[in-house]
Amino acid sequence: MSLPVAPKPAVRRFHQASWDEKIIFELSTPGERGVLVSRPEPGVRSAVGDVVANLPVSLRRKKKAALPEMAQMRVLRHYLRLSQQNLGADLNIDVGQGTCTMKYSPKVNDALIRTTKLVDLHPLQNEADVQGILDLIWRLERMIAEISGMHAVSLHTSGGSTAIWMNISMIRAYHASRGEADQRDEVITTIFSHPSNAATAKAAGYKVITLHPDADGYPDADALRAVIGPRTAAIMITNPEDTGIFNPRVKEWVDLAHSVGALASYDQANANGILGITRAREAGFDVCHFNLHKTFSTPHACGGPGAGASAVSEALEPFLPGPVIVRDGDRFSLNRDRPQSIGKVAPFYGVVPNLVRAYSWIMALGAEGLREVAEIAVLNNNYLMKRVLEIPGATAPYAEGRRRIEQVRYSWEELHADTGITTEQIGVRMSDYGMHYWTSHHPYVVPEPFTLEPTEAYSKDELDEYADALTQVAREARENPEIVRTAPHNQTVHRTHEDTLDDPEKWAITWRAYQRKYFS
Amino acid sequence: MTQPFVHPYIPNSAPETKAAMLKAVGADSIDEFYVDIPADLRMNRPLDLPEALVAEQDLVSHVQALLSSNVSTKENLSFLGAGTYNHFVPTVVDEVINRSEFLTAYAGEPYEDHGRFQALFQYQSLMGELLNMDVVNVPTYDGFQATATSLSMAGRMSGRRGVIVASDVMPDKLSRVQDFVSPNLDLVFVPTVNGTADVAAVAALVTDQTAAIWLETPSFTGAVETAIQELADAAHAAGAVLVVGTDPVGYGVITPPADQGADIVCGDIQSFGLHQWFGGAHGGFIAVHDDPKFIMEMPSRLFGLESTDVPGEYGFGDVAYDRTSFALREEGKEWVGTAAALWGIAAGVYLALMGPEGMAELGETLLARTQYAQQELAALPGVELTDSALHLREFVVDFSSSSVSAHSVVETLRGQGIEPGVVIGEYELLVCVTEMNSQTDIDRLVTAIAAVTANAAVTNTQEKNA
Repeated sequence: MSLPVAPKPAVRRFHQASWDEKIIFELSTPGERGVLVSRPEPGVRSAVGDVVANLPVSLRRKKKAALPEMAQMRVLRHYLRLSQQNLGADLNIDVGQGTCTMKYSPKVNDALIRTTKLVDLHPLQNEADVQGILDLIWRLERMIAEISGMHAVSLHTSGGSTAIWMNISMIRAYHASRGEADQRDEVITTIFSHPSNAATAKAAGYKVITLHPDADGYPDADALRAVIGPRTAAIMITNPEDTGIFNPRVKEWVDLAHSVGALASYDQANANGILGITRAREAGFDVCHFNLHKTFSTPHACGGPGAGASAVSEALEPFLPGPVIVRDGDRFSLNRDRPQSIGKVAPFYGVVPNLVRAYSWIMALGAEGLREVAEIAVLNNNYLMKRVLEIPGATAPYAEGRRRIEQVRYSWEELHADTGITTEQIGVRMSDYGMHYWTSHHPYVVPEPFTLEPTEAYSKDELDEYADALTQVAREARENPEIVRTAPHNQTVHRTHEDTLDDPEKWAITWRAYQRKYFS
Repeated sequence: MTQPFVHPYIPNSAPETKAAMLKAVGADSIDEFYVDIPADLRMNRPLDLPEALVAEQDLVSHVQALLSSNVSTKENLSFLGAGTYNHFVPTVVDEVINRSEFLTAYAGEPYEDHGRFQALFQYQSLMGELLNMDVVNVPTYDGFQATATSLSMAGRMSGRRGVIVASDVMPDKLSRVQDFVSPNLDLVFVPTVNGTADVAAVAALVTDQTAAIWLETPSFTGAVETAIQELADAAHAAGAVLVVGTDPVGYGVITPPADQGADIVCGDIQSFGLHQWFGGAHGGFIAVHDDPKFIMEMPSRLFGLESTDVPGEYGFGDVAYDRTSFALREEGKEWVGTAAALWGIAAGVYLALMGPEGMAELGETLLARTQYAQQELAALPGVELTDSALHLREFVVDFSSSSVSAHSVVETLRGQGIEPGVVIGEYELLVCVTEMNSQTDIDRLVTAIAAVTANAAVTNTQEKNA
């Protein structure tokens, strides 16, 4: 054979890097060093003597830590190999992780933060020396206030769930300030709101009531009416929900909460499709949060750090964590005098590198761009939905024939009934085509669920490629189910056993525990 | 005619594509997708945001201009700590965590994200060696949360509410912990003596309602606790546990708390390969022994080693997933979410580079430079140390005998390009020394403070004579 090269197959032939890499402790060679450390000067030594020998016996470590001994390039090479065995959103048409808004994290924003003017700032420096970053954070707060319509914003939390925690903590403080802390011991959420709404409310000491949708998949206002009352501290809801369905009666929900003296907390993890379209303020919410690592593009970093943005009404502003940035003319200062504040939610002022990234992302888009983000995210989603629903065995339960906002929770119930193949097995097989795929939070209310969220970041061709791969896997489930059951075939490693992960006698959470349990 | 809005971050903003996609789904306009959003909830105006900087070069100029007015700790001489520390970050750490595959990944499964699972398993394992403990979590948000969760674990395990606070705790950390544990725990504070725990007073307060004794070492003031075993014994005698909050930076030479009876060891990993970032780079670790009673109370993910179908191949998975809020919503332990995984990978790379010798040398350097700074400052007339405890990295100097406020010391030294520490009382300054502060740096600090206190002595004498 010679030129021309044959056309590419419809679905990509992929193989993940597979270095068969050892665990780092197995790479240790006694005496090697990865980095050397600044040592005490002779003058220091002669002044203080042998500080280690002078430690009290009980404090002197008997045996050096059994860390690996590796020359620098060996450490580098090992970790670079691991990085190649990680897909990452930059390499992947990452529409398979619904609810998580895996969009493009612009490289320019990564470059902008790598300056000594940010990297090497200490949070307690002279305020006069940190005016630039205070200015930037203040501006970002005002932008989030406008995007949400709310009064004041805190950017202190380092993830979405902890922002939800902060919101329920402020709600708790609000009720306490009115003498209603004991009376109000319940929080109401919905099953298609992110589980952290339920979990943080429970951690804050509340009884959690979880409502299921009506037959058509819409949040059920009658169900809310049946449980809301003087014991309700708050409703904590996502909208659109994780089904991609927007609750058209959300204002009624909020009004119901207010009518019994409860507050309404809005989880805006799914805000990407409604930027500039509708806001927390118009629906009457008292508090909301955004995930800057979802809607506002900061990289997901293998699971953090992200950043949370909580936006509140005038009534909740006194409860925000301190310090808050105050602008006086063109000078910025930190106000720590906040008698009603819930106190600190995190060290200092939040995940500052991500605040700069999010600010830069908004500045690159502006009002028109944010609206375009939302509209294209929704267009992409409805386009992908059309493609997915053409696959035999795939359905989108609820709200039949209706459009969705930015994501859809689909079901393979029919495919499963026909073939016995589960959604998890399809996910593993998708990885053979270089695609990530996620099912759903638990419990699986939708049978054999999968949740796709294409965001604005992927081209039509890429959405088609993802749909083509999904179509291919569904066909394999019918025609060659064994290849799906035995997947992965093109991955770093092969089918992983799971039988020790829930057995305290056998699980190995560290290398030392593994050595102790199996080799001693 | 206005140009169509086409943005580099939004491929399908290209008009032809948009039209083709609308046609494909049978929609006349994008508005059709929003039919469920009632008119009275719609925005009827554009968002009021600053004008966009759509050209990348304009964005770069704008953000660089904003940040350029900052004066960093590289441009002055910093002895600031109090929660965020200026340690050396080896170049390889940044090289690894800036790899796009790690930076942009999220929640991939153990197959397509094998690298992430292995890197975090190794982080757990490397921390485990330093701490001499068999179980370390995938990082939570920060040391504040790690501590709040550790105490809550003690409460859940024992069904008790009592926590005895034996150390001086960083006020911000205490604020976070109190807000978090208030539904479930009651804190009782025992004043420290000479910077460390008053063991007898703590032991006397332990009852059958005590869930935990909470110790911080180094404490807020940098004091290293010497009576960990005694405190552990006091806790254990009553069926309680010892929770030790710590910065692990000294354990290359200092005995880890687990060797002295600690049950839960927790804290922050910022010292391990993370820059200062204006206080914006923190991660929390929680370490326990390999005991399901403790492990099943941990909210974070735990990555475990597994075998695969191929002999000699390592796989990974989630250990005891059914304790988490991912699995059980409000019935899980607290909650788990996006926290600080990349910082955990950084800390792992840091520990691998440092190795046993590096961590030992770092511990020695920190102890030596700290003691040197303490000695030199305490030798100045009118400057005293607040206690004689062993300190690591941080200590408090007291200017009361020279009647100079800590605030005025800071103001004067800032004028000379020195950040001498954090004011924690009218006359008290919390000074932090790391391996980044050389003998020359410390000497410069001492000389500058000497000038302030000498000046004050002259002024005081003149006032007396007047």
